Amino acid sequence: MELRAIHENCSGCNTCRLACAIENFKEVNPSRSLLTIEARFPAPGDYRIHLCDQCGECADSCPEDAIHLKDGAFIVDPDACTGCLICVEVCPHDVMFIQKHSDVPIKCNLCGECARTCPRNAIVWVQDIENDGDQESEVA
Amino acid sequence: MMYGYAGTILRVDLSNATIRKEPLSKSLAENFIGGRGFVAKMLYDEIPSGIGPYDPENMLIAATGPLTGHFLPASGKTHFGTKSPATGGYADSNMGGHFGPQMKYAGYDVLVITGRAISPSYLFINDDTVEIRPATEYWGQGSITTEKNFKNHLGDDYQVITIGPAGEKRVRYACISHDFGRQAGRTGVGAVMGSKNLKAIAVKGTGSIPVADLKKAYAKGKQAYQKVMAKPGFKGWTPEGTAGITNWTNEVGVFPTRNFQTSHAGHYKNINGEAILNRLKITDKGCFGCPTPCGKYGHTQTKLGSAYVEGPEYETIALFGGNCVLKTIEEVAYANYLCDELGIDTISAGVVIGWAIECFQKGILSRDDIGREIDFSDLDSVAYLLNQIARREGIGDLLAEGVKIAAEKTGKGSERFAIHVKGLEWSGYECRNAPSMMLAYLTADVGAHHNRAWVLGHDVAGAWTNVHDLISSETEIRAQPKAVVSERSAEYVIESQDKRSLFDALGNCRLQMMELGFEAEHYAELYSVITGITKSWEALLKISERIWQLTRAFSVREINGFGRHLDFPPARLYEEPIADGPNQGHVLSREEIDDLLTWYYTARGWNENGIPIKETLLSVGLSEVAEDLEARGLL
Ligand code: SF4
Ligand code: SF4
Ligand code: SF4
Repeated sequence: MELRAIHENCSGCNTCRLACAIENFKEVNPSRSLLTIEARFPAPGDYRIHLCDQCGECADSCPEDAIHLKDGAFIVDPDACTGCLICVEVCPHDVMFIQKHSDVPIKCNLCGECARTCPRNAIVWVQDIENDGDQESEVA
Repeated sequence: MMYGYAGTILRVDLSNATIRKEPLSKSLAENFIGGRGFVAKMLYDEIPSGIGPYDPENMLIAATGPLTGHFLPASGKTHFGTKSPATGGYADSNMGGHFGPQMKYAGYDVLVITGRAISPSYLFINDDTVEIRPATEYWGQGSITTEKNFKNHLGDDYQVITIGPAGEKRVRYACISHDFGRQAGRTGVGAVMGSKNLKAIAVKGTGSIPVADLKKAYAKGKQAYQKVMAKPGFKGWTPEGTAGITNWTNEVGVFPTRNFQTSHAGHYKNINGEAILNRLKITDKGCFGCPTPCGKYGHTQTKLGSAYVEGPEYETIALFGGNCVLKTIEEVAYANYLCDELGIDTISAGVVIGWAIECFQKGILSRDDIGREIDFSDLDSVAYLLNQIARREGIGDLLAEGVKIAAEKTGKGSERFAIHVKGLEWSGYECRNAPSMMLAYLTADVGAHHNRAWVLGHDVAGAWTNVHDLISSETEIRAQPKAVVSERSAEYVIESQDKRSLFDALGNCRLQMMELGFEAEHYAELYSVITGITKSWEALLKISERIWQLTRAFSVREINGFGRHLDFPPARLYEEPIADGPNQGHVLSREEIDDLLTWYYTARGWNENGIPIKETLLSVGLSEVAEDLEARGLL
């Protein structure tokens, strides 16, 4: 089970980012969120949601084997991480973050809060999609 | 610790390049809430009386509210305020997007800009780092172009506000632009920014806003989203946004057309919300936190060229599609794009251009005066005039002064059809058969704008009703009966003024309440859990009333000879019956308008000349204002 973005539904509200920051860091501070919304204006005039789809490239690239799959999400073990930031480089969605309070990169833990709070149904669980033929065609 | 707020006012004086941070005072927050309340209080207390809007002493204030940037539906608003280039009195203008939240994450509730930079500059804010930087390379560029250049230069995570050429040239209805299609459009705030040689402000914030009870606030915020999303208007109103009202305003005959000669445009189905969806739209585009994005971002193609543009929203449709009679949604969108890039308010521009075309038709302005022939339904005329206005070239220099001054200078009876109140051009609802809405326009503190009260439901449907219900009830073009003029209008208008403008103090969008019927009382609960200051909705409304009295007092002090005559509409709106359409033949008489004002003044606690009486000011906690006005012999 993972998250998937339906970019066409996104209207750039950033509700998901604020929810992520509150849920995971107890802060009203979207700069700490673990996904980003790219506003592509004036052209082509749309939004792109950058989120972690748990592809595991970060884990594969980590020389210290510090990133492990736990309950469907790849999680960085801060004790094993040496801060080399190779994973930040390889992440295909640019969603391995370095936050200002820490040397250790941090990433989405699949808590699902962004999907639950998005008012536009622009972030969905892939499992949901597979159960629902309509939505599948939308993302195909 | 103050909860809900960022806690700091940032003051920048561009004349001597000083930057000062001061704590937001608890009493300011408690007594004036934020946004519009802060703007009103600071303008009244700090502006040296009698200065001109473009004097360096004038303040340009950007204020957020306690709800701005928090987890609740549509918390993305920023409120700008200044001494008005349009009216000489109180001015403010509200803007959506992402700028206000970003200001708060950077640590500032309010930005106060005074002085004038020696050369074109921009203000750079990255959390604690605040710098005045040169902007000569951007001067002269359009708003959209400038914003893109700033994003390329500083990074996409900066939120940017800019002015276009019109702001630089002090066009009296120049706007402040943001997010490729959002504006603080009205009252000429962009001209004040231009007079300060300030091209842009870029802000990035990575801090967090303290909340009194985050767990509760988060839970309440989620509930609020769910409630908004359960309203029928969530699915019914959102797709077309504000443009969705175009059919209704034409069917009931309140759509300003041909410089307000009539109130119905035969081609309205070619410029309505459906036309946007079918012919322009690429994506829905909303403000921070908004579940009901009203922005329709799209692409238009006309004989003059093609452009990416947000909108047109209803007001732009009314003033370009109705008032200037542009025939297709593509043309309206292209005029919209030109305004956005040049940095001009679409509402005022549509009124000014409508007036100019009528002047030409009547022989008041000649081909030589204008530089070419101009006509309704002609995109070339509109584009030509917009470019002249933004650069103050030729006839543009006169038109850039706004319709009031332009008509005064032109004379020959053109004042009769210069559609404004106090100097601010009239927005998109024609009112000759809508007494409550007429009164709302006459008494709005910034001039003829619909933002302060929207009471057309009372005039047309006989009751308050949210916009979605109003427009989704079955309508057809049909003759409207002559509206009843009664004392009730004053009551409706005051109720709506205090309620709607409260949102401008809280820093939140009001459309979820107005258009969808999301209950206003929820905002009092959200305010209380976020700030830790428990206030009922009624208590907040009391503050809104205080702010209303204060903005009136500011205009009383700043506009020479302020009084009832300035609350009057132009003669067309009480002398000429509507030419055709559903309200054909209707007009409110001068006497009826006088009655409406008298009822309103009485209910507001003002004298017969529309000046707040001392007891009224004392009763809303404005004793210093009463003393000040008394000392000046104005009470
Ligand atoms: S699933 Fe949770 S952690 Fe991952 S981006 Fe969404 S809110 Fe953030
Ligand atoms: S909450 Fe949904 S619509 Fe809003 S920015 Fe995030 S993905 Fe886009
Ligand atoms: S309804 Fe429109 S103006 Fe209000 S917050 Fe949403 S997008 Fe912005």
